[in-house]
Amino acid sequence: MKENSLVHLDNVNMIFYRPDDALHVLYNISMNLHEGEILGLLGPSGSGKSTILNIVAGLLAPSSGQVECHGQIGYMFQRDHLLDWRNIYDNIMLGLEIQKNITPQSEAKVERLLKSYDLWDFRRHFPKELSGGMRQRVALIRTLAIDPDILLLDEPFSSLDYQTRLLVSNDIYKIIKQENKSTIMVTHDISEAIGMCDTIYVLSKRPTNVKAIHSINLTTADEKTPLTARKAPEYQHYFDLIWKEMMQYEGK
Amino acid sequence: MKESELSQEHRRYLAQLRRNKRKILFWQIASIIVFLLLWEIGAKTKIIDTFLFSCPSAIWQLFLVYLENGEIFMHIGISVWETILGFVIGTILGILAAVILWWNETLAKICDPLLVILNALPKTALAPILIVWVGAGIEGIVAVAIFISVVVTIMSAYNYFITVDEDKITMLKSFGANKWQILTKLILPANVGNLINILKINVGMSWVGVIVGEFLVSRYGIGYLIVYGGQVFRLDLVMMGVFVLAVCAWLMYAAINFLEKQITRQLFH
Ligand SMILES: Nc1ncnc2c1ncn2[C@@H]1O[C@H](COP(=O)(O)OP(=O)(O)OP(=O)(O)O)[C@@H](O)[C@H]1O
Ligand SMILES: [Mg+2]
Repeated sequence: MKENSLVHLDNVNMIFYRPDDALHVLYNISMNLHEGEILGLLGPSGSGKSTILNIVAGLLAPSSGQVECHGQIGYMFQRDHLLDWRNIYDNIMLGLEIQKNITPQSEAKVERLLKSYDLWDFRRHFPKELSGGMRQRVALIRTLAIDPDILLLDEPFSSLDYQTRLLVSNDIYKIIKQENKSTIMVTHDISEAIGMCDTIYVLSKRPTNVKAIHSINLTTADEKTPLTARKAPEYQHYFDLIWKEMMQYEGK
Repeated sequence: MKESELSQEHRRYLAQLRRNKRKILFWQIASIIVFLLLWEIGAKTKIIDTFLFSCPSAIWQLFLVYLENGEIFMHIGISVWETILGFVIGTILGILAAVILWWNETLAKICDPLLVILNALPKTALAPILIVWVGAGIEGIVAVAIFISVVVTIMSAYNYFITVDEDKITMLKSFGANKWQILTKLILPANVGNLINILKINVGMSWVGVIVGEFLVSRYGIGYLIVYGGQVFRLDLVMMGVFVLAVCAWLMYAAINFLEKQITRQLFH
């Protein structure tokens, strides 16, 4: 295992058994997540991206292979899963409540998160009064509140329209970098992956294997964000490269 | 916001709402009065056979008699008490059982055929057996009320519990939640509205149990008044029993509605 890797998968296989057949989803997946890195998983639908995250989070045991995970995990799902009957503040406290870890420090942290991400004024509101983008940010703060070392994001923006998605991904990128979290992010969107990730794993279709690993190095005038990334000279190159790889698996 | 601060338009809208509400209330009361009047006139002019249908004034007279000698309070008191007992015990037992079934999926599968049969069966058919087993007093009647509400409660509460979004459970598990936390932080609060609906249904169910039980064995209670009136062909007594019953059931239903408002206000201030 490499020195500074927080998550380490070694030849992980996952087979789902059903009464009349077996579904071989993951085939010898190996992966390393380093400290402070945003790792992107790109792959066709049904290739097992969510399954990988579930294995990393310890919600599923792999059929074979090794999983090592160093640190507390924060898992943000495709949908925000806010609880309608709790206000924003109580939704955010959910994880701390479950872990019986509500302390003056954790409360102060939540307060700081709420304030810096423009949700403080809404803390007594209920989820149904918030827009999709705000709900997504609440879900992220709920995940960050337990102070995880490793963030797992499963298509965190897929429920948003294109413009909101750009803005929210920009916000969330900044949050992740500010809080210096190591992250594994699943996405369908190549531009989003290039804009946000330091490393991109391209997955094949089932049984899923890692087809390519790209380190993303972009030259941006200002700080790199998903929005400025699009103007980087290398952007198109990465896009075409990954597009071609994806086309090999998508729909065939 | 005070009404004086609202716009002209908004105030007109509110006035319209109030006018509509008053109109509906007016027609509700008017239709009852017209109905009672027609009944009374029909009876006086012998268009309606008072032997079979009685008439409002006779029912009222009888009610006054029962009110004066205080007997009506005893009958109401006993029936209401039986219903409340059946309702409370049946609901609590039913919800507890549903929680246990949710907790243990295998047990739920084992019990499934039994529950399906019990649910399909007209539960009043078992009332005589229950009364023989438990006793021919209040105990037996309450047992019938409990039985009728408990089966419905188990079935519907369990079905509500298992339809809670699986992904939300995964979300809680990702924070390391145990089963008890999943139950108390997700399954139960997600179903507050549904549980209140079960309460509303159970008020009716318990009344069915109590009335059937009283038909079978009792010497007191509204059900007893009705069945006794029927046996001696005193239709005014039967009708009075039915009206008193309707009022009691309605009041209990209103109490649950009030409770519902309080709870929703607590939850979403
Ligand atoms: N618990 C399970 N039991 C059986 N099969 C499962 C289970 N979880 C996932 N699968 C199957 O494994 C395959 C991969 O599922 P997964 O959700 O990981 O894919 P995905 O890459 O996240 O897809 P998408 O992009 O659509 O979200 C699917 O065919 C799914 O039906
Ligand atoms: Mg998925």
